Amino acid sequence: MNNPNNIVEMVGITKSFPGVVALEDVDFSLRKGEIHALVGENGAGKSTLIKILTGVEQPDRGTIALDGKFVHVRSPQHSQELGISTVYQEVNLCTNISVAENIMLGREPHRFGSIHWKKMNEMAQHAIDRLNIDVDVTKPLGNYSIAIQQMVAIARALEVLSAKVLILDEPTSSLDIQETNLLFDVMRRLKSEGIGIIFITHFLDQVYQIADRITVLRNGKLVGSYEASALPRFELVAKMLGRSLVELDAMAKEKSQEEGGENKQPLVEAKALGLTGTLKPVDLQINASEVLGIAGLLGSGRTEMVSLIYGVTTPDTGSLVVDGKEVTKFSPLESLKRGVALCPEDRKAEGVVGDLTVRENIILALQARYGWFKFISPQKQNEIANKYIQMLGIVTPSPEQLVKNLSGGNQQKVILARWLATNPKVLILDEPTRGIDVGAKTEIQKLVIQLAEEGKSCMFISSELDEVMRVSDRIAVLRDRSKVAEYANDVDEKTLIQAMAGEV
Amino acid sequence: MKQTTFLKKIRESQLFWPLVAWALILLFNAIVAPGFFKLGIIEDPVYGKRLYGNLVDIFNNGAPLMLVAIGMTLVIATGGVDLSVGAVIAISAAMGAVLINPALGNQLITNDILTRNATNTPLPIIILADLAAGTLCGLWNGLLVSRAKIQPMVATLILMVAGRGIAQLITNGQIMTIYYTPYFWFGNGYILGLPVSIYIVTAVLLLAWLLVRKTAIGLFIESVGINTKSTYYSGINEKNVKLLAYTFCGFCGAIAGLILSSYVHSADGNNNGLNYELDAILSVVMGGTLMTGGRFSLLASVIGAVVIWTFTVTVYSLGVPANALLAAKAVLVLLVILLYSDYSRRLTNRLFERRGSQHDRAN
Repeated sequence: MNNPNNIVEMVGITKSFPGVVALEDVDFSLRKGEIHALVGENGAGKSTLIKILTGVEQPDRGTIALDGKFVHVRSPQHSQELGISTVYQEVNLCTNISVAENIMLGREPHRFGSIHWKKMNEMAQHAIDRLNIDVDVTKPLGNYSIAIQQMVAIARALEVLSAKVLILDEPTSSLDIQETNLLFDVMRRLKSEGIGIIFITHFLDQVYQIADRITVLRNGKLVGSYEASALPRFELVAKMLGRSLVELDAMAKEKSQEEGGENKQPLVEAKALGLTGTLKPVDLQINASEVLGIAGLLGSGRTEMVSLIYGVTTPDTGSLVVDGKEVTKFSPLESLKRGVALCPEDRKAEGVVGDLTVRENIILALQARYGWFKFISPQKQNEIANKYIQMLGIVTPSPEQLVKNLSGGNQQKVILARWLATNPKVLILDEPTRGIDVGAKTEIQKLVIQLAEEGKSCMFISSELDEVMRVSDRIAVLRDRSKVAEYANDVDEKTLIQAMAGEV
Repeated sequence: MKQTTFLKKIRESQLFWPLVAWALILLFNAIVAPGFFKLGIIEDPVYGKRLYGNLVDIFNNGAPLMLVAIGMTLVIATGGVDLSVGAVIAISAAMGAVLINPALGNQLITNDILTRNATNTPLPIIILADLAAGTLCGLWNGLLVSRAKIQPMVATLILMVAGRGIAQLITNGQIMTIYYTPYFWFGNGYILGLPVSIYIVTAVLLLAWLLVRKTAIGLFIESVGINTKSTYYSGINEKNVKLLAYTFCGFCGAIAGLILSSYVHSADGNNNGLNYELDAILSVVMGGTLMTGGRFSLLASVIGAVVIWTFTVTVYSLGVPANALLAAKAVLVLLVILLYSDYSRRLTNRLFERRGSQHDRAN
């Protein structure tokens, strides 16, 4: 069992939280000079495993060995001292100080009692050079893209903390393709230096692009560790989902059958709708039984546009007609009454109410529509909650569990349930599948198509183009805070990307 | 196993810690001053047979604080705080006194006005005016917080300072003595041998409970306190939720002012309800509601107020001089904060759980 090549050897790790067993008897090993992908659905236990390795959480049972020696990782700081460093999706560095300062923070070289700036910049440059990227270490970190910021974090982890094990937690979520490739180059270089890398991602493409081995977790249990070359992609998905391949095939067919125009009747019609400084006037029409996809890069105005339609902000130009009636009062409550619901982009800040239970979170919007005094009876509340827990397959020990104790994907489903419970005519989904696993993603896509079949209309915003193309009847493209194009669903990906990038 | 989960449920109830604190203080009294629990019945010249004793006094004298704690709970649950309740008590008290006899503020008291059963205003109007004044104060706070978006602490600080001035304006800068007997009933009267104030507290508690738990208001208040933005996105008018909480708090302050002025037979703009806002906040914190807002329990806050008042009476009965009371209270605050800290929670949890797991093993 004790392979001398293993830097990290975790055996029989078990951890439970109130009401949930997060990990059960999980083994994990990381070799020297290996990129090891850790994959699984939401709630599979990936983050818990990482938290245990980095000392954020203590395991109930199980052992961790580093370089063949058993260790007890007491705290995140202790794990850094042991040579384990983590780089998160959200970079936790200071953007307003220089790259060099960020890298050397806490380890600045001193001379005559003050910081030896020249030497510090040299040391930082050395660390950056190791990654072979082009960065001026004296410039503020905020001048650089998220990708570069992540690499600065990596440089810091390697140089200052002399990491032997590097954990990259969803590093590519906010990176574009070029940036991702740049990161992969760096990862390959580190791998050749003998550093072990744990790579957590939802993008299976990337797993196969870079990983040597893959460990799959499901529901807190180890499914297995595989050589990436020996595990076909379809099999991997099936292992992650714990489902048969036949089922996945059937789902793909189902979608291809659904198509063709029905009676088109505009449910929402925006004419020159805009808000100075936020969104240039936009014309938009959504019909019944239709899914309108919204494509656009971050900051293209997609979130701003749906915020206007949902009434979070009030437009100062144009008009909005919902279900044949001109909208005069803009507020979420009025929108709900009109049958328009928005599942907001930022799940944590705008979606979940963490200290409320799953049940309370689900009925919240419906109760808001009913008002203060028409209280939904406890029995009815339970009925509604249980209905959606079942329908969306929300994994929770009970409807009375606090939402903050659920995993990200399950939280997303709870929020989705909140809007579905209001029985909207128009459902706007702003990045409903961000940061959630393949299984939940397809379920949500399926749901969107199903809603359209029931005569409802959906607006579907996603950064993932293939997803938008899969579910949408029409696709509107936004760029620089205005709508630049609209296509039918037979558009090819290249045209869309060109429109988003402004190369038409 | 079932038993341990039952115990856990009790321990996780918001009522658990305030009750423990109360039990500790009572236990202390049982050991140090056994006479503390003595109850008796005496014949009251006006209200007939009535119960008397320390415990009765705790509930009677503590009534205004309990009322204010009820209102404060809702405000704190929305993530705010109301520093003006003490001043609202003073305004309400001044309002009552001045309506009974406006002349008292301006003129020397002449003997013919000094009639025990004379008033310039009928009692129902006095009560209504009292309540209206307090509710209006609450509404003002609520508007500042929800519409003008001023931070709760700053917004209510305005009325905390200005309120005592307003109270003095109403009474024309005088400490007004009240001579109207029917008015005394609220603070000194008895029904079936128990103080009227206990019935009032129970009624307000019941009213508040019905208001928040039998409608969606309680859920909305908690939701606003936990995540205002999500709540807004869910279609809840978070401004009106806050407005309601502050208004209700003002209403509670008004009733407290009524009882207090009735009990002490006077209205004093400077001293009525002095430091009540701090005691009320402490009551709510002791009741396990977080200062950051969210989950709340009205009953737990009321028990918190009972604990504070029991403590006060205990300190007095030990012969500690009145001016040392604040120092003693500081010790209580310190203990409460330590007891409620994450550290001690973890400690007790570990203690209970270890014992639990040993039971399991034995079984």
